[in-house]
Amino acid sequence: MQPSEAVDLAIPADRAAVPAVQGAVGSGLAHESAVLHVTGGAAYIDDQPELRGTLHAAIGLASAAHARIRRIDLAAVRAAPGVVAVLDAASVPGLNDFGPVVHDDPIFASDEVQFHGQALFAVLAEDMRAARHAARLAEVDYEALPALLDVDQALAAGSRVLPDAQLRRGEPEAALAAAPHRLAGSVRHGGQDHFYLETHIAYAIPQEDGTTRVHSSSQHPGEVQLQVAHALGVDAKDVVVECRRMGGGFGGKESQPGQIAAIAAIGARLTGRPVKLRLDRDDDMVLTGKRHDFRIDWEAGFDDDGRLLAVRFMQATRAGYSADLTGAIADRAMFHADNAYYLEHVDILSHRCKTHTVSNTAFRGFGGPQGLFGIEEVIDAVARHLDLDPLAVRKRNYYGLGERDLTPYGQKVEDNVIAELTAELEADCDYAARRAALRAWNAASPVIKRGIALTPVKFGISFTATHLNQAGALLHVYTDGTVLLNHGGTEMGQGLFTKVAQVVAEELQIDVSHIRVTASDTSKVPNASATAASSGADLNGKAAQQAARKIKARLTEFAAARYGVREDQVVFRANRVHIGNAGNGNGTATGKPGAPLSLSFAELAKQAWMGRISLSATGYYRTPKIAYDRETLSGRPFYYYAYGVACSEVAIDTLTGESRVLRTDILHDVGRSLNPAIDLGQVEGGFIQGMGWLTSEELCWSADGRLTTHAPSTYKIPAVSDVPEIFNVRLWERGFNAEDSIFRSKAVGEPPFMLALSVWHAIKDAVAAAADYRVTPQLNAPATPEEILRSLTEARQRDVEPPAGATA
Amino acid sequence: MSQTIRFLLDGREVQVTGLPPTTTLLDWLREHAGRSGTKEGCAEGDCGACTVVLADAHEGRLRWQAINACIRFLPTVHGKALFTVESLRAADGALHPAQRAMVDCHGSQCGFCTPGFVMSLFGLYQTQAQPDDSALADALSGNLCRCTGYRPILAAGRQMYALPAPQSTHLPPPAWRDDPAAEADLLARLAALDDGAALRIDHPAGHYLAPRSAADFARQYAEAPHATILAGGTDVGLWVTKQLKPLPLLLHTGAVREFAHVGEYQDARGTWLEIGAAVSLEAAFAALLREYPEATELYRRFASRPIRNSGTLCGNVANGSPIGDSMPALIAVGAEVVLRRGEQLRSLPLEALYLDYRKKDLAAGEFVQAVRIPRRPAQPGFVFRAWKIAKRHDQDISAVFAGFALRLEDGIVADARLAYGGMAGIPRRAAGAEAALRGRALDAATVAGARAALANDFQPLSDMRATAGYRLQVAQNLLTRLQLELQGQFPTRIHDEESRRAAV
Repeated sequence: MQPSEAVDLAIPADRAAVPAVQGAVGSGLAHESAVLHVTGGAAYIDDQPELRGTLHAAIGLASAAHARIRRIDLAAVRAAPGVVAVLDAASVPGLNDFGPVVHDDPIFASDEVQFHGQALFAVLAEDMRAARHAARLAEVDYEALPALLDVDQALAAGSRVLPDAQLRRGEPEAALAAAPHRLAGSVRHGGQDHFYLETHIAYAIPQEDGTTRVHSSSQHPGEVQLQVAHALGVDAKDVVVECRRMGGGFGGKESQPGQIAAIAAIGARLTGRPVKLRLDRDDDMVLTGKRHDFRIDWEAGFDDDGRLLAVRFMQATRAGYSADLTGAIADRAMFHADNAYYLEHVDILSHRCKTHTVSNTAFRGFGGPQGLFGIEEVIDAVARHLDLDPLAVRKRNYYGLGERDLTPYGQKVEDNVIAELTAELEADCDYAARRAALRAWNAASPVIKRGIALTPVKFGISFTATHLNQAGALLHVYTDGTVLLNHGGTEMGQGLFTKVAQVVAEELQIDVSHIRVTASDTSKVPNASATAASSGADLNGKAAQQAARKIKARLTEFAAARYGVREDQVVFRANRVHIGNAGNGNGTATGKPGAPLSLSFAELAKQAWMGRISLSATGYYRTPKIAYDRETLSGRPFYYYAYGVACSEVAIDTLTGESRVLRTDILHDVGRSLNPAIDLGQVEGGFIQGMGWLTSEELCWSADGRLTTHAPSTYKIPAVSDVPEIFNVRLWERGFNAEDSIFRSKAVGEPPFMLALSVWHAIKDAVAAAADYRVTPQLNAPATPEEILRSLTEARQRDVEPPAGATA
Repeated sequence: MSQTIRFLLDGREVQVTGLPPTTTLLDWLREHAGRSGTKEGCAEGDCGACTVVLADAHEGRLRWQAINACIRFLPTVHGKALFTVESLRAADGALHPAQRAMVDCHGSQCGFCTPGFVMSLFGLYQTQAQPDDSALADALSGNLCRCTGYRPILAAGRQMYALPAPQSTHLPPPAWRDDPAAEADLLARLAALDDGAALRIDHPAGHYLAPRSAADFARQYAEAPHATILAGGTDVGLWVTKQLKPLPLLLHTGAVREFAHVGEYQDARGTWLEIGAAVSLEAAFAALLREYPEATELYRRFASRPIRNSGTLCGNVANGSPIGDSMPALIAVGAEVVLRRGEQLRSLPLEALYLDYRKKDLAAGEFVQAVRIPRRPAQPGFVFRAWKIAKRHDQDISAVFAGFALRLEDGIVADARLAYGGMAGIPRRAAGAEAALRGRALDAATVAGARAALANDFQPLSDMRATAGYRLQVAQNLLTRLQLELQGQFPTRIHDEESRRAAV
C-alpha cells in the first residue's frame, strides 16, 4: 500500500488574499469529534448515563417467512425473570405502523407474518440480558402461507409493492431492429447490509404532560418524531427527537429507526419509565432493511464502433414485504440507467417486486448503483462482442457537450466533465500501457489472471422527491462572540457538522473553534429532511450560511449606524470587524464617527447586544431550478451532477475463484471542496464500501426464507487487507460546481460508491482472460470466490462449445 | 481460594466481587466501570469495536495483547493489567501517538470503531518497533471500519511511530522500547496482585474455577466432567452473548502454570513441539512457523490478531469444529494430542480424535492437555502446504481448508497426507486421494487420479459459505495447485505474502 497523494489543503486561489480564519471553507479540518472519537469520549446513545428506572427492550422475531398466526402464547415471556411488560400490536396506542411513505409497515405483526424475522412483540425488562432471554420464549403457532422469496418468484406471481413504472424515449424497438448488432442479457446483483458499526438504538424518556423525548440513532429525526407521534396517537408537538451522532448510517437509519423509536416510546408511555432498545447485531441484520437487489434484463443495438443505438432495460427489484422507500429507489435506478452515456432510443421498465423478505431500504446510492450496474454491463458486453477496449466504447457513448446531452428523463446535462476526468485519469494511471502489459502477462500465467477496467460515474444530486430539497438552520451568537449552531442535518460520520461549521466560520470570519455544533433536535429545527441523497452539506450548509448572513447583515447595519460609516465599509475578516476605511487598522473602538477602527467579532457582538440587536437567526434554503413530474418521470429532478472515474486492476485465482484488488486510481469531482480531507475520506470509504457490495458481501437466505448471513462471522464487509495494494485517490483540482451550490462544492456522500464498478469490471476482465478473451463472462454480483469460479468455468465451457443460437 | 477478581486498570488495582462469572469484560467496562469508550459492535469478536489491551508477565517481560472484550469473561483478566481507550491520554491531556496519528490522518469518521482501532494500534505500538505494512495490517485484521475504507487508518499506523513517544513517568503505560523502569514497575504491581491462590467464583448464576496446577485442573475436571472448559473463550464467549446459554460451571485453563508453555517432547520417533492447553494461538503459531514457515499464510488468515491473542491452539483442536483452521494443517504434519483424565495420560494422532460431527474420542472428564507437533522432517523432499479458501482474506471462516504434507523421493510421492476442513463433519484425511498419489510421480495424470478419488473421499455440504459443488471443485483444484506450484513455472497464488508484496 502506498498513501494517497497528499491532499492540497490550501485555500482556493480567489480566497487566498483573505487572511484565513482557522477552519475556513477549503481547509482540511479534522472531524469535529475526532479527538472525542480517539479518546472514547464521543458519546453515542448507548453511552449516555442511564436514568434511574431505565428498562431495556428486546424484540421477539417471527420464525416464518409468510404465515398466519394461529396463536401466540407469551405466558413464558411474561413470566421470565426481570420482565416488566410485554408489548404487541394491541399495545400500540396509536397507529401500528412506521411506513415512511405507504402505511404498510406494522410496528408489530399481528395476524399475518410477512418475513422471517418480522417483529411480533417486545419485552421490557430490568436489564438487557433478561429482555433478550425472555424474547426467545414465545410460543407461536404458524399456519404457513406460500412465500415468494426472490425477484423471479415475485415476477412470475405478478407480486408488487408499487405499480410498475416505465421511462421511454425515441423508438427503441425500431432502432433495435435496425441496428447492425444486437445483444441481450440478464444480470443480477445482490443486496447489501449497511453494517453501520453502531446498531439501531433508541432511548425514550417520558416527560411531564405526557410528552416524550427520544434519543434516536437516526438520519431523519423529523420522521422519527412523526412515526413516534403516530404510534403514540399524539401530536408532533408532544414528541422531541434528538441525535448527536450515529455510529454510521449509510441510509440504513433513514426510514428504519422509526420502528425502534416507536417501540421504545410506547414502552416508555405504558410503563412511565425510560426505555432503551438497542438491537443485538444479529437482530439488527435480520429485522432491518438492506440495499435492494436487482435482476436486470437488457437488450442493446449498436454500430460497429460500439455506439449504442437503442437500449431496453427491465429492472426488477426485490422490495421485500413493504414499500418503504422502494418507489424513490427504483425511480433513481431508472434515472441512472444511463450513467454517463447518451441513450437516444431507450426503454426502461421498472418492477417493484413484493416478496416475503425484509423490506429493503435506502443505502448509499439509493438505486443509483443499481442503475449504473445495468448500463455498465451493457457497455462491457458490447465492447467484448466487438473485441474493442471497453474504455473506448465508454468514451464513444459519453454524453456530449452541447449535443447528445439530453437524459432519457429530459434533463439537459449542462455540467458534463466526464470526458475531461477520463482523459486525465487514463493518462495518470497509464491505462493503455498497463492494459497491454497485463494481457501479455496473462498469456504467460495460466492460473492467476489479471484484469483492468476504467469506469465512469455520473450521479444526479437532489432528492427526486422535490419537496425534500429544503433545510433549516438555527444560529445563535452569544455576547462573547461565540456561536452555537444547529441545523436539520445529522452527523453519521460523514463530517457534516464539520463542514457546516466551516461554512459559518467562513461567513462570519471567525475561527471554527468559536463555533459549537449541537445535536440534531426536532425542537430546534423543525420538519427537516433526512440527511440523505448526499445532500447534507448542500442543503444545511446553505441554510446555515443564510442564518449567518442574516446575523452578519444585522451586525453590519448596527456597526454602520453606530460608527457612521457605509455598510460596505464594515468588513468581517479573520475574527475582526474592520469599520471605516477598508480596514487594515488595528485600532480599538474609539466610538468616533468615521474613524477607521477594528473590533474583535466578540466586541461587536457585545455592542450589538447592548444596542438591542437580535443575535439569533434561522436560516432556510430550498434548492432552486428543480422540477419534475413523477407521473411522466420527466423534467429536472437534479440540481446538478457529480462525476468521478476509477481504474482498478485485480488478480483472480482461477483455481479457487479468490480475487484481490492490486491497484486502484481514482479521480473524483467534488467541485470546490469544502473540506478536502473529509471529501477524500468519503471517496475512499465509499469506494471500499462499493467494492464490498460487488465482491465479498453476500446475503444468503435459507429455502424457508431465513437470513443465514446475519453477523460479521458470515457476512463479510471489506477488512483492512482488502484495501488495494496501491490506492491513489485524488480530488479533481479543477472541480467547480456550475450551479450556485454552497461555495461551489459538490455532494460527495454517494457518488464515490459507484467507482467500485471499476473493480467489478476488472474482475470480469480477468474472468474473460481465463477464457482467452474469446467469450463474454456471465458474472453476477457479488463476485465471491464461488461466483468467479463458476463464471470462469462456464466461460471456458462456452469457449469450447458455443451455445446453439447465439445472437450475432 | 479467592473469590475476588483482582486486576490492574491503568496500573491501579481493581477488585470485583459479586458478578456472574460469565459477565463479559465489555459489559463490566460499560455497565460497572463507567468506561463507555469501548463499544459493542457485534458481541462475537468479529468487528473489534470492543478491543482493549491486556498486559501480563510472561517469561520475565510484559506481554501486551489486544483482545476482544465482548467475548472475554471478566474473571479471565484476573492477575493482568487492563488498558482501555480511556487509559491512553496522558495526565496533561496529550494524546497517545496512536490517538494523535488517528486524528492527524483523519482515521475516524463515525468514530464507533475508532476506540477499537486505537487499541489495536496501541497493542502494536507496545510490541513492535518498526512493523512493516503486513504486520500493520495483521494488527488491524480484527477491526472492521465501515466508513473510511482503512487507508487513513493504515496511514495512522505508520505515522504513530514518527510522533514523540508518550511521557513515561506515570501511567498511561510506557512506550515499549526504552522504558525498563516503567516496565519493571508494572511487573512489580502485577506480581503484587498474585497471592498464589486460585480464583474461584461462586455465584447463583454459576461457578468459576481457575486452578493453578495441571493436577488440580485434571482432578477438578474428572470430578466435574459436566464443567465447561474455558480457555480463550473465543467460542464459549458466544454461547453466552449469542445463545444466551447458562454455563453453571466454568473451568479455566488460563491460570494453570504447566499449560502456559510451548515445550519440547522427545520420544523414540523424534522431537516434538508441545503446545500447552493455555498457549495462545499467537504463541503457538510463533513456534509452529519456526518449523513450518509454509504456514505463514494460514497464520495470517487465521481469525484475527485479537482472537489469536485470546484463543488457544488446544481450544481450536478440542472444539473440533469441521471448519477449524488449525486441524487440517496439524493432521497433515502428523500432530498428536495429549489427553488427560485425572492422572491418566494418553496420546492420539490428531485425526483419531474426531469421530463424527462434534463427536470426539474423549471420555468424560478427559481433556486435551497439549498438542504435539513433530519437528520438521530433516530429509529432503518434504513438502508442506496449508491453504485457506474463504470469501475474505482477514478474519473469515474457511469454505475449504487444505493441509498437505508430502515426501517426494526422486519426484515420486513416497508419502502423502492430505487433510481437509470444510469437506465433512470433521476435519479429516482424504484417504483415496492420498492413495492415488502414493508411489507415483506428481504429474498431471497423477493429480487427475487424485482429483477423481477426492470425489469419493468427501461429500461436502452446502451452506452460506459455499455450495457442496464449489467445495469439491476447490478441494480438487488445490491438488492441481500443489502440482503446479511445485513445478514453479508461473504464479499460482494471490494471497501469500510474497505475491502480496510483489503486487504490480
